[in-house]
Amino acid sequence: MPNFNFAELLAYMSKGGDVEKILTGKPVVAGSAEGTALVSKEPISFWGGLCPHTGEIIDRRHELSGAIVTHRVFVFPQGRGSSTSSATLMESIKAGVAPAAIINLKVDPILALGSIVSDELYHKPVPIVVLSEKDFFSIRQNDHLTIKPDGTVKISTPPRRGGS
Amino acid sequence: MSVQLSQEDEQMLNGQKGPAARMAMRIMVRMADVVEAPEMMDVSQAHIDGCGLLSETGLEFAETLAAKGAKVSIPTTLNMGPLDLQNWRRFGVNEDFAAKAIRQAKAYTDMGCIPTWTCAPYQSYLTPRFGRQIAWGESNAICYANSVLGARTNRYGDFIDICAAITGRVPKCGLHLKQNRKGQILLRLVDIDPAVMQSNAFFAVLGHLAGSLSDDKIPVIEGLPVKASSDQLKAFCAAAASSGSIALFHAVGITPEANTLEEAFQGGQPQRTIDIHLSDLQKAASELSTAREGTSLDLVMLGCPHFSYDEFRQLAGLIQAQTEKGRTLNPDVRFIVISSQTSYSLLQRSDFFDVLTDFGVEITLDTCMFHTPMVSKDTKVIMTNSGKCAYYAPGELAVQVAFGSMADCVDSAVKGFI
Repeated sequence: MPNFNFAELLAYMSKGGDVEKILTGKPVVAGSAEGTALVSKEPISFWGGLCPHTGEIIDRRHELSGAIVTHRVFVFPQGRGSSTSSATLMESIKAGVAPAAIINLKVDPILALGSIVSDELYHKPVPIVVLSEKDFFSIRQNDHLTIKPDGTVKISTPPRRGGS
Repeated sequence: MSVQLSQEDEQMLNGQKGPAARMAMRIMVRMADVVEAPEMMDVSQAHIDGCGLLSETGLEFAETLAAKGAKVSIPTTLNMGPLDLQNWRRFGVNEDFAAKAIRQAKAYTDMGCIPTWTCAPYQSYLTPRFGRQIAWGESNAICYANSVLGARTNRYGDFIDICAAITGRVPKCGLHLKQNRKGQILLRLVDIDPAVMQSNAFFAVLGHLAGSLSDDKIPVIEGLPVKASSDQLKAFCAAAASSGSIALFHAVGITPEANTLEEAFQGGQPQRTIDIHLSDLQKAASELSTAREGTSLDLVMLGCPHFSYDEFRQLAGLIQAQTEKGRTLNPDVRFIVISSQTSYSLLQRSDFFDVLTDFGVEITLDTCMFHTPMVSKDTKVIMTNSGKCAYYAPGELAVQVAFGSMADCVDSAVKGFI
């Protein structure tokens, strides 16, 4: 079950504000970040799939082809394909077009590596969090996400139209 | 930090073995924590992929390590690089790019890496033995080393590969351990005509399909011809490691950990069984092409992974069959084959070298069409017999791609269209 303060939730709902959920994830690479969710159920290779100069998803067979990951919290099950994806992530971090954070279903050592080496060289990691299946699939496209170094992920969902 | 370190690991981490070992060990230990490895272990050889992509960060990383005096402590080969070191000018690569690529290459060779410059190291030099613990990079090489050779490596990404080579240590987990190497899903080939299974293109298509069906699970494939060649298995590995994350597969009766179905599963049961029919393969093959038949062709690209001597021989045979009928390479089509220095040296001693060069085949070495800017902006449509190349080309090169057999590629090159 998602972990949230019920009293707070009631207070928010009565004001007609955002619904908040707090998920407990495993911090693979610890850090703080926030942004809107870019969600896919399909794994992706960063090398050959993400342009490290523009932040565009360039895997033309991927469901998110053409989307820009920059400053988004990129939510996808795991990486796949190339072992050069660590380099692509690091290059996108240096270019300032990397995602604000990454949320996966499984630990991806190749993506973690890109973030860790970026931390070692530039002190600029991209936080990576792994969530349980239930929590992972509870994130909707464009949800506002806030990630903490302990791996907690706060979801703010805009209220439904006409609802309370 | 939870991983247990040896005394020597601690010495490296403390800087007692120098600043380069310290930097490499720091990264290695952080990664050990990511994968929750209980302890570290030795590896006996390494293969570097970080030398491939020319990026600002990659160059900075390599030069930083080299400047700290980094030296590899185990025999270490290099994957293909961003430059044909001898002939880059002929392929229109600009001077600025070349200068940086040469710096990156020098950083790795200064660290003591062996200048193999190939993505098919298992056909080149220092082929690892069965059961040997190694640290290899490059998705197709990882797959081949684990599956076809029975050596043991995890999927090491760019940058950790050189750290493993410097420290000689990796986290003890994953595919280094026998119990993690057992098959997980079963792919059965059903009613496939043996004649279809003779072609290298079949292996590329099957690899593409197996990769997407398996994701990161270990597939066991039943029904492949026992005489599958090194080149055919190479084609499979390259495609499978691209559409999926296959680091290890077993092919019953062919790969060394799968003499029988039971051995491949280490006595266990498959989590899933999927039957593969000809129609599934045809669908997978069509996914690999984004260009339609009849489209005008600009470039044929073969050698992903690097061409072997035998593939050169096959190509020469196909070209000879065309030239005997008075046919030539269409003047609007470029025909490029990528290979390694070791294969090329053998080719030069063959009696069919001239058949290739007379036809107009251009051979480039040491590099990769995705990492070196040799494909001009005017190139709109390419054709290849590589499942891996077909997979990445539309994104990486912004071209339409047609996938076909080597024979199809030669045929289209002569006609000028797919």
